[in-house]
Amino acid sequence: MTNAIQIRDLVKTFGGGRSLFGRKANEVQAVRGISLDLKRGETLGIVGESGSGKSTLARMLVGLEHPTSGTMLIDNKPWADLAASGSRAFGRTIQYVFQDPVASLNPRKTIGDILDVPLRLLCSYDSTKRALRKRELIDAVQMPLDTLERYPHEFSGGQAQRIAIARALAAEASILVLDEPVSALDVSVQAQMLLLLQQLRDDLALSYIFISHDLAVVESISDRVAVMYLGEVVETGPAAKLFANPQHDYTRSLIASAPRLSATDSAA
Amino acid sequence: MTDLTAPVSAPARKRRSNLQLLMANRLAAAGLFIFGFIVILALLAPILPIPNPDITDQPNRLLPPLSEGHLLGTDHLGRDILSRLIWGTQVSLLVGVSATALAAFFGSLIGLVAGYVRGATDSILMRFVDMLMAFPYILLAIAIVAALGPGLLNALYAIALVNIPFFARNIRGVTVSIRNREFVDAARLSGKSHAAVLFTEVLPNVLPVIVITMSTTVGWMILETAGLSFLGLGAQPPTSDLGSMLGQARAQLFTAPHASIIPGVMIFLLVMSINLLGDGVRDVLDPRLRSGTLGRPMPVTKIKRETKPASTIEDAPALFVENLSTGFDTGGSITPAVNEISFRLDKGECLGLIGESGSGKSVTALSLMGLVASPPGIITNGGVYIQGQDVLSLREQDLIALRGARVAYVFQDPLTTLHPLFSVADQIAEAVLAHNPIGKRAARQRAVELMETVGIRDASGRASAYPHELSGGQRQRIGIAMALANDPDIIIADEPTTALDVTVQARILELLQKLRRERGLALLLITHDFGVVAQVCDRVAVMKNGEIVEQGETQTILRAPQHDYTKRLIACVPELGEGHSFLDRVRPLFSEAKA
Amino acid sequence: MTAYIGKRLLAAIPVIIGLSVIVFLVMKLIPGDPAQALLGSYATPDNVARINRALGLDRSWPEQYVIWIGNLLQGDFGRSYILNRPVLDEVLERFGATLILAGASLVICSVLGILAGIVSAVRQFGWTDRIVTFFVLIGISMPAFFLGLVFILFFAVQWRLLPASGMYAVYGGGDLPDLLRHLILPASTLAIVATGVVARLTRAAMLEVLRQDFIRTARAKGLSENKVIYRHAFRAALVSIIPVLGIQAGFVLGGALYIETVFQWPGLGQMLVKAVSTRDLLLVQGGVLVAATVYVLVNLLADVAQALLDPRLKA
Repeated sequence: MTNAIQIRDLVKTFGGGRSLFGRKANEVQAVRGISLDLKRGETLGIVGESGSGKSTLARMLVGLEHPTSGTMLIDNKPWADLAASGSRAFGRTIQYVFQDPVASLNPRKTIGDILDVPLRLLCSYDSTKRALRKRELIDAVQMPLDTLERYPHEFSGGQAQRIAIARALAAEASILVLDEPVSALDVSVQAQMLLLLQQLRDDLALSYIFISHDLAVVESISDRVAVMYLGEVVETGPAAKLFANPQHDYTRSLIASAPRLSATDSAA
Repeated sequence: MTDLTAPVSAPARKRRSNLQLLMANRLAAAGLFIFGFIVILALLAPILPIPNPDITDQPNRLLPPLSEGHLLGTDHLGRDILSRLIWGTQVSLLVGVSATALAAFFGSLIGLVAGYVRGATDSILMRFVDMLMAFPYILLAIAIVAALGPGLLNALYAIALVNIPFFARNIRGVTVSIRNREFVDAARLSGKSHAAVLFTEVLPNVLPVIVITMSTTVGWMILETAGLSFLGLGAQPPTSDLGSMLGQARAQLFTAPHASIIPGVMIFLLVMSINLLGDGVRDVLDPRLRSGTLGRPMPVTKIKRETKPASTIEDAPALFVENLSTGFDTGGSITPAVNEISFRLDKGECLGLIGESGSGKSVTALSLMGLVASPPGIITNGGVYIQGQDVLSLREQDLIALRGARVAYVFQDPLTTLHPLFSVADQIAEAVLAHNPIGKRAARQRAVELMETVGIRDASGRASAYPHELSGGQRQRIGIAMALANDPDIIIADEPTTALDVTVQARILELLQKLRRERGLALLLITHDFGVVAQVCDRVAVMKNGEIVEQGETQTILRAPQHDYTKRLIACVPELGEGHSFLDRVRPLFSEAKA
Repeated sequence: MTAYIGKRLLAAIPVIIGLSVIVFLVMKLIPGDPAQALLGSYATPDNVARINRALGLDRSWPEQYVIWIGNLLQGDFGRSYILNRPVLDEVLERFGATLILAGASLVICSVLGILAGIVSAVRQFGWTDRIVTFFVLIGISMPAFFLGLVFILFFAVQWRLLPASGMYAVYGGGDLPDLLRHLILPASTLAIVATGVVARLTRAAMLEVLRQDFIRTARAKGLSENKVIYRHAFRAALVSIIPVLGIQAGFVLGGALYIETVFQWPGLGQMLVKAVSTRDLLLVQGGVLVAATVYVLVNLLADVAQALLDPRLKA
């Protein structure tokens, strides 16, 4: 089985350019030499707190940011080749689901218009085929058909996230980067969303990178988990094993901090 | 809450059209009416039965208004003022509107490109714009007219040019904020080119701002071109606009004031009608104004209770809430947010108020001390008893005196809830002084002590720090220190850890627990997280749609929830260590919804 | 803070250079050949070439610009051929009068505008708010030159309360009370429009701030409503009001063009208008450059004041 994504020694530095007077601006190392693999059909969970560099990593994977150094193979294609051939090459290979579902839908377009774009530009379908696919996609994310004529503001957060997932699926890419896809949602909606994601992955043979700050959520859906801290991956391993037997101090403190239902009054 | 698949409710679609909204604004409607009248008059100039505006008639010069054959009199060359007024208005309108269109087109283009591309292009374009803006208002226009020579067209170009920066800046600002929205990235990933994203995704969202900016500057541009003509630098004879009419009549100001006043009043009417209309357009297109949230919140939430409960009760706990209802006034009708809820909080106890978004838990928290923004908030029923005294029956200043003294708040996002311009110690000291006039120096000393209490290292060193210089966790500690300033009996914490990372959250919760035990504080904790409730709360009340569906001991409710909603809510929380079995466990909960 | 002021001063230098480039380019827009114009019927190709060499016009534009800037820095702004005196002398003499007029208007519009804006925001939708809104609307819709004429018509001609024109009385004037009497009409005309703008923006800024979370925090602390409004809200609103005052400085400087013309105020604006009609280009160039430089410095002051108020800006 080949890897869906292979990342080697990835570094991303922000700032550091020179100002007008030759002074060096503050440099921020968001990602400091990450190496990771995502197997086909697998869900790789990435956990970390704010500032850990997990979102920067995600944005680089889909070509929204340029890495400072390091290599990435996405679906066996070198990242640089994808970048050279433009955004469409990325869009056909890998898709992204954003944290804030409402902000990820243009408020002035109907859902039908939004879904139309990837079908037209990435899949080059004719209008009949597009209409058919749109109905299939809406059905796949369990939304009613009249969704297509509506505007984003008419939907709740959970519904909007389903639509955003439908858009990502429309590109027919086999790899999805899910950046905190359930963090903005209420728990009951969150559980439904996780079920949907799981089902879609199995039905459509997708590979996921699933980013979240919530350990329990990551554990429930991931096969393997990578823990990020200050731009580095401090620990990776199979989900169950990693949380049961953490090796790194940071992972341990994360697990200790996570609030639990079972009352072990840890604060005392 | 569970049936995501149900069709979306319809009422949102039946909104009033923009024109209807505009006409509902009386001032804007008046503006539209006057403006429309002037425009029609100006457009009809060629076919109206008025004399040729350029025919001079020396014997009949400076006739007063209402003279025979000259309704508004004649000017110093005997020309008919009414006719000149109508033709002049046409010229003024044409020039003002063209200048606006030019400035809007080039300014918006610069703003869109600079805001979207960012980087060096942005710097270069905006430096250029800054240069243009560095000239006082109309002086650059004067220099351009001086170079090109006086004339209406040159004045038009000059005015358009000096207004480009205004559009460019405005539009760039909006473009930058829209460019950072996720749908722009999403469109890129859907395969759109940068140009396509800019013109089909960003532009439609910027367009209302362009329209607003245009509608608020047309009047201004008409004034400016009229001004140049007034100075003799714009319209040259025989062409004349309102400004040059006024300029020429100025010489006869004392003998024939009407020749000056008539064109002056016309400019005023024209510009005023445009400004009224422009404000109306802005109100309609600006979504914040549209939702009516721009009202100034009153010091205390409006209280209009159907029945007045007893103002005091005997043997009361620290906090007792009875049949509290709060709603939002949505122009005529009141949309309820909290409905007849009752709960109690004993001394030293911690009660968790849990619910999903829209359950009314935050509105409940804010209602207790009348802090719901009003308008539109309104407390419609019930009583809030602090030590047996209904605070909603108190006079406004007595209620304000209780805030921060007996009952203190800790809010969700410490970055936006602390004043950005005051040092943290000043903000804590202010809380002390509000209830305890011990003098500035003593209050500041107390502030530093409080900062130590809440675990800020090097408190005296951090005292002069501003909120933006602290980390999220430290800011929330400041928020807690502020709440402790007057040794309150009750602390109401509204999602105090939601904006924080888990490791920081754990430490803040620990701090709250410690303070509660040491000081015998009653803590009302508003949260959406059952994990947090399990960790710190003695009792919990579950809210849904503005009502408390279940309350009781935390452990009892977690172990054996009675209400279906609570059951489902608890079942949906994944537990660490559960792994993939979580999904198998919740799948049956939603299977009926899918069927 | 000193470092911040230094940084802002440094940043102002390229702006002022940019200003001079724009003025230089605008002057290059002038149609026709200056040598031809100067020589009139003596414009043989030989003479034109000689004049061009003498004026440096045969060099490239960047060279011409450098020479021109060099002269400016030595205080040589050229000679006004209409007035037959050095441009700088005339500009500086006139600028004092404009500074008095514009300064007075700026003070009036800042004080009145901010007060009206606050009252209007605090009593939102009340009758005070309505009255303020009404006057603001009139202010921003009224052409200043027309308002000036109306003022003259009533206060000077009809009621004979105040002088209609000039800076001092022709006979026997020249002291401060005389100057003030002459200043009232033009300064208030100029201020009325600017007051409208300031009041409007102050109101909007206050309403915006009053909806912020930190105002709710101030209320939750139990602060009196006066403290909430005048200490917490106004302080925060002032941060966005100050740049507006900076822009108003440009507004009154530009508005002086009309007002000085209407009231025969012997300032820079009146000079510029005359210079433009007589196409005395060196005078226009000098006047615009000086006014623009002063404006840049005023905005620099506004920047510094803003940074003093808002610690976030100093970073």
